[in-house]
Amino acid sequence: MATEAPTLRRTPLYERHVALGAKMVPFAGYEMPIQYEGIVAEHRAVRSHAGLFDLSHMGEFIFQGRGAKALVDRLVSSDIAGLEAGQARYGLLTNEGGTIVDDVIVYRTGDSEYLMVVNAANIEKDRRHVLRYLGADVAFDDRSLATALVAIQGPRAATILESATTTSVRELPAFGVVGSEVLGKGATVARTGYTGEDGFEIFVANDAADRIWEGLLERGASLGIKPIGLGARDTLRLEARFSLYGNDIDETTNPIEAGLGWTCKLDKAFIGRDAIAAIKAEGPKRRIVGLVIDGGVARHGHEVVSAGEVVGHVTSGTFGPTVQKNIALAYVPTRLSKVGTAVAVRIRGKDVPATVVKTPFFRRAE
Amino acid sequence: MSSVPDDLRYSKEHEWVRADGDVATIGITHFAQEQLGDVVFVELPEKGTAVRQFSSLGVVESVKAASDIYAPVSGEILERNVKVIEKPELVNTEPYGDGWMIKVRLANEGELAQLLSPQDYRSHIGETAGAGGD
Repeated sequence: MATEAPTLRRTPLYERHVALGAKMVPFAGYEMPIQYEGIVAEHRAVRSHAGLFDLSHMGEFIFQGRGAKALVDRLVSSDIAGLEAGQARYGLLTNEGGTIVDDVIVYRTGDSEYLMVVNAANIEKDRRHVLRYLGADVAFDDRSLATALVAIQGPRAATILESATTTSVRELPAFGVVGSEVLGKGATVARTGYTGEDGFEIFVANDAADRIWEGLLERGASLGIKPIGLGARDTLRLEARFSLYGNDIDETTNPIEAGLGWTCKLDKAFIGRDAIAAIKAEGPKRRIVGLVIDGGVARHGHEVVSAGEVVGHVTSGTFGPTVQKNIALAYVPTRLSKVGTAVAVRIRGKDVPATVVKTPFFRRAE
Repeated sequence: MSSVPDDLRYSKEHEWVRADGDVATIGITHFAQEQLGDVVFVELPEKGTAVRQFSSLGVVESVKAASDIYAPVSGEILERNVKVIEKPELVNTEPYGDGWMIKVRLANEGELAQLLSPQDYRSHIGETAGAGGD
C-alpha cells in the first residue's frame, strides 16, 4: 500500500535521545526512544540506582476557576473533591456505560487549579470527552504540546533531584506536588511515577527540557543514573502491575473487571458511576489476573486456555528482569481468577502452563 | 571479536553456520542479537528432528518480541544447546561461542554454497567492509 506514514512529532529532547544512541520508534504519534543501552540494563538501573525518562509525549490538561473542582470530580472516578492543594490522585475517566476512557493522574496545583495528566494516545479523545462536560465556570487549557515531562525514578532519585533544586523534595510525600525551580527553571514537581520505585515527575515548559535532562544526567552520573526508554518503562510498570491503557484497559473494559474498583468512589456522583455500581453489585463476569508462565513468554493477544477451551486473553506480557519470570496480565472468567489456579497460555499453538499469582509481581522493600 | 567472523557462512535471515566435516553448528549473528535486544527465551527442536533449509528452526524471544530462527541448511538435529536454553543471555554475550543453538548432520553440503560469504553478509547488514574489502 502506498499510504504515506503520518508525520511524527518530536519531543524537545529528540536530539538528546539521538545523541545518546537511542533506538527511536513511533509511539502515540511521536518518535520516542524505545531503548538506549538495552531494556534489561535500563530496567535494572531504575531498580538499583536511578533512571531518567522523557515523557513529554504525555498530555497535560489544566482546569482553572470556580467550577474546576466540581468538574474534575465529576469526570474522574476517584475522590478528587477530597484533594488538598499539593496532593495528587490516580483515577479513571469513564463514560456513561461505565467503561474506561483513560486512566489519569489529577494534581491539585492550586486552590482552584487542577492538572490532569493523560495518555499520549488519548489526548484528542480525552479533550473531546472533557469538552462535552465543560461549563462556563471552568477555564480549560490543553497544554500538552507546550509542556515537557521528565521523570526521575529509582532509589537514588531523591538524592539526585535534591542536588538540583532548593525545594526539599525528599520531604514531599508520595503523590505530593509542589511548584518549584529545578536547575533555575520553573517546574512543577510531583512524587509520582509508573515504575514501582520512589521517584518524581517534573513538568516544565518545552524550552526548559534540555536543561533539566542534561543537568539531571550530569548530577546523577556518579550515582548510576541512566536514560530509560519505553521498553524498560513497560517492563517496570508491568512488574509493578500498573495498567497500560490500550493494552490492559480500554473502552471495552470496566474498572471492576480491570482490578481498578479501588479507584472508583461510588458514594459520589461521577460519569459512569451507576453502571459501575451495578457491575460491582452483580460481580464481574471476568477479571484481570497476574500470570506466571512456565516455559514461554506470553504477549498481548495470546489466548488463555483452560480444560482445552479458550477462556480469555493476555493483555500484557513480558519477561520480568527483576522477578526473573515470564509474567503477564490476562482477563479470565471470574471462576478462574483465584490465586493458585492453573491455566495455560497458547503460545505459537502450544499450550504452555501458567498459574494465577498475586500481584504486584514486584514490590519494593520499604 | 569481529562482528562478522571470516570463517563462517551466513543466511540473509541472520543465522550463521560453522561446517566441520558433515556437522554444521548454527547460531544467530551478532547483528541479529543486537537487533533483538536482551534474549530471554530460546525454543529449539529436539535431537533427531529433520529440518529443511530455510524452514523454521525455532524461536528466540527478546524482552520486546518473538522472532523465528530459520535453518540455514538441511539436516538432522544432532544436538541442541541446552546451555542456551537455560541461559538465553548467552545469545547476546557470545553469539558465535557458547550462544550457538543447534548442531545438524548436513544433508547436502552443496547448500553451504547458497549461503552468504562473510563479505556478502557484511554488505547485507550495511556494515562497511574492513581491510580486504573492495
